[in-house]
Amino acid sequence: MTPATPATPLLEARALSFHRQDEPVFGPLDFRLDAGELTLIEGDNGSGKTTLMRILTGLLRPEEGELLWRGEPLSWDRCSGEVVFLGHQLGLKSELSPRENLRFAIGLHGSREHSQVDDALARVGLAGFENEPVRKLSAGQKKRVALARLLLIPAALWLLDEPYANLDRTGIELVNGLLEAHIAHGGAALVTSHGAVQFHGGEPQRIRLHD
Amino acid sequence: MAVLRRDLTLAWRQRGDMVLPVLYALIVTSLFPFALGPEDALLRRIAGGVVLVTMLLAMLLALDAMFRSDIEDGSLEQLMLAPQPLALMLGMKILAHWLATAVPLIVIAPLLAGMLHLPSPVIPVLLLALLLATPLLSLVGGVLVALTAGTRRSGMLLALMLLPLCVPVVIFAAGALAAAQEGLPWIAPIAWLGAALVMAVVLAPLACAAALRIALDS
Amino acid sequence: MANWIPLWLHKLSSPPVFYGFAGKLRPWAIALALILGVAALYGGLVLAPPDYQQGDDYRIIFIHVPCAWMSLFIYGVMGIAAFIALVWRIKLAEVVAMASAPIGASFTFITLVTGSLWGERMWGTWWTWDARLTSELVLLFLYLGVIGLYHSFEDRRQGARTAAFLALIGIVNVPIVHFSVNWWNTLHQGSTIRLLGPSSIAPSMIWPLLTMMAATKCYYVASLFGRTRTDLLALESGKDWVRHIAENEVAR
Repeated sequence: MTPATPATPLLEARALSFHRQDEPVFGPLDFRLDAGELTLIEGDNGSGKTTLMRILTGLLRPEEGELLWRGEPLSWDRCSGEVVFLGHQLGLKSELSPRENLRFAIGLHGSREHSQVDDALARVGLAGFENEPVRKLSAGQKKRVALARLLLIPAALWLLDEPYANLDRTGIELVNGLLEAHIAHGGAALVTSHGAVQFHGGEPQRIRLHD
Repeated sequence: MAVLRRDLTLAWRQRGDMVLPVLYALIVTSLFPFALGPEDALLRRIAGGVVLVTMLLAMLLALDAMFRSDIEDGSLEQLMLAPQPLALMLGMKILAHWLATAVPLIVIAPLLAGMLHLPSPVIPVLLLALLLATPLLSLVGGVLVALTAGTRRSGMLLALMLLPLCVPVVIFAAGALAAAQEGLPWIAPIAWLGAALVMAVVLAPLACAAALRIALDS
Repeated sequence: MANWIPLWLHKLSSPPVFYGFAGKLRPWAIALALILGVAALYGGLVLAPPDYQQGDDYRIIFIHVPCAWMSLFIYGVMGIAAFIALVWRIKLAEVVAMASAPIGASFTFITLVTGSLWGERMWGTWWTWDARLTSELVLLFLYLGVIGLYHSFEDRRQGARTAAFLALIGIVNVPIVHFSVNWWNTLHQGSTIRLLGPSSIAPSMIWPLLTMMAATKCYYVASLFGRTRTDLLALESGKDWVRHIAENEVAR
């Protein structure tokens, strides 16, 4: 592995396209993402945002085009441990409490230095809910548990699929705050959204997906 | 291992589900005397086979659930993105599943065997055969469940797919029982089962990981 | 170096090329299958002398044995295609593997039915848990599993790849099943009934058998090509070459 120099972007896509049953889902796409950068992926429902996300995680294989991770072809074992993915399905076990869920995530992915499960839960506004089973939480609260995972797991790249869904105004601010802190620490993030995003850390790069 | 601990905790939280296969096995076994008549000699002859097949069916019942909830809530995606080898994690999941479904079944196996008058000297052989055969089924079943991971309906399909694969397992396990019942040496079929189990322990998690990646289209 | 073979194969694996190639070859394969089949039937049913033990009943082997061979042969082809499909992700191999499964299942089914008919005459029973019969039955279940898995996916390519994996597992399984069933049968009881011993078969019987084998092979090729062509059309319906074909059809 070559160390990431400023010349090699964290993630680079060249002429990326995907077909499902020979129907093009999204067209050839070129973009690059450097450390410390935020990119918004915009598009209407059904424009392939989620598919693109799944390709970027390495769960799906692109039909055509290239995807480079630190200058090398991306595959699930190359980037695992450096990428956190937050999808529509939050990956939480409804029978377990937020604390147990997060402990499990740490057990799988490792944890950042000086990060505590309870601190992270407090940060996302769930102090007092640590031991409640997740199934008793509201949709927005579940989302917050999943967001707490971002605080705990070390990763260079965040892939957030619709992070604002189900969240109230403070929740949206929370996501923005998390993103800003992540970018400020040299992390990169790709965020899909069909709504307007207000982001205070400079104008983000935008990728537009069409039908 | 975190996966093992979490799955066992989950199984414990939902221990109602653990009881179902046991109940099922109990019901099926108790139906046989009604169907065949309460003759001791006849029951004794078929006891081993009936208990084995009942165990197999009860395990099949629970097999479908192995990855189902993980797929539905997205946990499986998180698992696949984790920096640990997927095969190892899936192996742990299968182990947890085996502990949660097969072990209770093995525990009541002597009871079922007793209901059908299986001679008591054969019961240790039965337990040994089950201890080898059930993990084998869990492992092979895990691979098949992974293959059906991307589909909606899979119950009947799973049975159809599992049948050819479990024929050898049933044959050897039942062979050991039959031999023990006739007072013949039963070590050979048990050894075959053991060998197959060793193979499966090594290969099945790898196959399971590969199958999952294919089935979830990666 | 003679690198034209891999080159040719590589070209052939592109769907439009294969579509054309299969279309040209298919009528020949059908014709050959018919001619050979008729010849073999004539040789087997009319020319070959009756067996000194079984009389005329044995003549079912001219159907039964070639079908049994085909059931295994097609599984082999399916396994190879499945392997190629999974390792090199070649679309054509997926299609070939999945198109083979129903044909193989049919041959297996015919084998079982004819075997059962024959068994009724020879052994006085429709079914016996003979090692070979049992293995054949398991083979049928394997085929059905592959077909079922393939059709349970919405995305056909995904279904094909998944079913291909199952086919590969089955390849490992078939010898194990055969071995275990053999072992099982000898343990439970020495089977009282054996299939024909390895008695030397008269040449007048062997040539219809071999001809029928060739005929079934040709039929397989024809059927496979037909199925593959339609599957390719369906799978590539968005591509230009399919549109050309459709336009030509309409123009005619």
